Amino acid sequence: MAAIIQLENLSKHFSPTIIGVDDVSLSVEDGEFVTLLGPSGCGKSTLLRMIGGFEKPTAGTIRLADKDVTWDPPYRRAVNMVFQDYALFPHMTIGENVGYGLKMMKLGKSEIETSVIDALRLVELQDKIDQRPQQLSGGQRQRIALARAIVRRPKVLLLDEPLSALDAKLRELMQIELKHLHEKVGITFIMVTHDQTEALVMSDRVVVMEAGRIAQEGKPQDLYDHPKSPYVANFIGTTNFLNGTIDSVDGSRAVIGMNGASLNADLETAFSKGAAVTAGIRPEKIRVLADGESAGNVLSGTVAEVIYYGLGLRLSVKLPGGEKVYTDRILPDRLAQTSVPEVGQPVRLGVDPQNVFVFEGRIEP
Amino acid sequence: MSALSRTLAGRGLAKHNLAGAFVVGIPILWIAFFMLLPYGIIVVTSFWLKKYPSFIPDFQFGNYITLFTDPQYVLVILRTLKIAILVSIASFLLAYPFAYYLVFRCKSAALRAWLYMAVIAPLWVSYLLRAYIWKTILGTEGVLNSLLINVGIIDEPSSIFLYNQFSMVVTLTYIFIPFMVMPIYTALEKIPTNLVEASADLGMGPWRSFWHVTLPLSLPGVAAGFTLTFCLSFGDFIAPFLVGGPDGNLIANVIATQFGAALNWPLGSALSIVMLVIVLSIVSLSDRMERKGLTGGL
Repeated sequence: MAAIIQLENLSKHFSPTIIGVDDVSLSVEDGEFVTLLGPSGCGKSTLLRMIGGFEKPTAGTIRLADKDVTWDPPYRRAVNMVFQDYALFPHMTIGENVGYGLKMMKLGKSEIETSVIDALRLVELQDKIDQRPQQLSGGQRQRIALARAIVRRPKVLLLDEPLSALDAKLRELMQIELKHLHEKVGITFIMVTHDQTEALVMSDRVVVMEAGRIAQEGKPQDLYDHPKSPYVANFIGTTNFLNGTIDSVDGSRAVIGMNGASLNADLETAFSKGAAVTAGIRPEKIRVLADGESAGNVLSGTVAEVIYYGLGLRLSVKLPGGEKVYTDRILPDRLAQTSVPEVGQPVRLGVDPQNVFVFEGRIEP
Repeated sequence: MSALSRTLAGRGLAKHNLAGAFVVGIPILWIAFFMLLPYGIIVVTSFWLKKYPSFIPDFQFGNYITLFTDPQYVLVILRTLKIAILVSIASFLLAYPFAYYLVFRCKSAALRAWLYMAVIAPLWVSYLLRAYIWKTILGTEGVLNSLLINVGIIDEPSSIFLYNQFSMVVTLTYIFIPFMVMPIYTALEKIPTNLVEASADLGMGPWRSFWHVTLPLSLPGVAAGFTLTFCLSFGDFIAPFLVGGPDGNLIANVIATQFGAALNWPLGSALSIVMLVIVLSIVSLSDRMERKGLTGGL
């Protein structure tokens, strides 16, 4: 597959102190669904707007299908954008909105009409053609915005937080629908979101951004299982962090000494003895051990809090050193209260060494 | 107990109602007494008969017939319409680019605030003074003449600039342009930038985007501006008086004469009613246009 978008050392400095995007290089394959993920202010929207042509970079180049488009205005780029609040024209009908982008494409009247109807059929709203955007619900407007962008058959479709204005249920539905749409039309999608679930569910590849730079990129599962920094580990999913020191290293297995406890961990990168590290463990990778049960690591503590969230239970367990860790447990059967620990009860927690991330340096608790 | 509380509640309600009646009643009385009553008197008077040296109550349409058949009055009505339309158009042509610049091009918020103030500030200066200023600019001894002489375009002071319809349009445009700038500015400011971006994204260059998106969405503001400047200049009384010259009489001047020197209140009243009808038609027309703009033609 060929790269459809190539960003080379792209930067956008709004002022010497306000940095939107800082030296980002990224290549997006044709047909890929890439998500730019990060908290607000991390530069993901600015990056997207530069690809769309709405912001001029202060350095670097943007290539679209091997053509340098860095300085092209939006109306000369074969990319289209789905805006956050859809940006549908209130003074036009749905049909006129969707057909708007075809006016400049030198098509015949009947061709435009067919394309508009096809696009509306794709989002299953062909019966709304003569209505106004104001008469549609949020989810319908969202789909019209998609149809309006896709009807031009852009090389790349940009989506700026496309689902953020929808309520939770509809958002879940639209995530799957967008994914299917992507498969159906075969256009490259680049989406911006701050919602990690959205990113994991929909994308082929996730680019996590931090302060204008790429923190890590990869397949959703790689990012979840092999985060390279506490930032990524905490932004995608939840992670317990425990500060410690490498006590010994034996091949890829290390022993991390913590406040009154030690932890065996499988290393993915080399660390030397005595290095200050942070251990990261996902809550769902920690289990409460039954009496006599054993595990690669056993931590003992007392239950500080029990949080019930329908799908399962989250326990907050206080370790002897004072740190708190969360452990998640799915409840497979109804009314499984018999095994629910109570606050103040001592518990033993089991963690396998392969489920312990080891990060360089310590973080503030 | 319950009877007592009911009585108390009843009293409270009565008190509340009294206060409510007071709050609503005073303005209603005010409007009835100082607006509806005078209008009523004018309407009634417009059917009266002029009988030298005064006039007598009657019900006849003679005054209206005179207005629409006597070329003298028809001419004044047409002239006033023409001046008001020219002022509205001139104000629009100047105000729109200015408001557009302020909203979309002016990057500095401070500069924008200053420029906006510069347009609004003259409204605080006496109307008479502002009309006089144009007398000193356009007159034979005026700034414009000396400038043209200095530049060498003309040799001696020209009197073509003052005391005609041109000077009236210039003066009225200057005086009423804030009423065109304000609604257009507001309308443009309300247009979400992402609509303009979406238009560019969908392949339209800046001019086409303006034509297809910005302009149509600002039309309610334009309609409001046209209405205000049109109605204000349509009823203007001082500019024709100061810079209009001998053939510069507008409706308002004629009305003043009818109520004054000519002592023909019935005819003056009829002319007032005609003027009122024209202005109200314009207002309701623009109101309908604005509504249409708001709901996107529905």
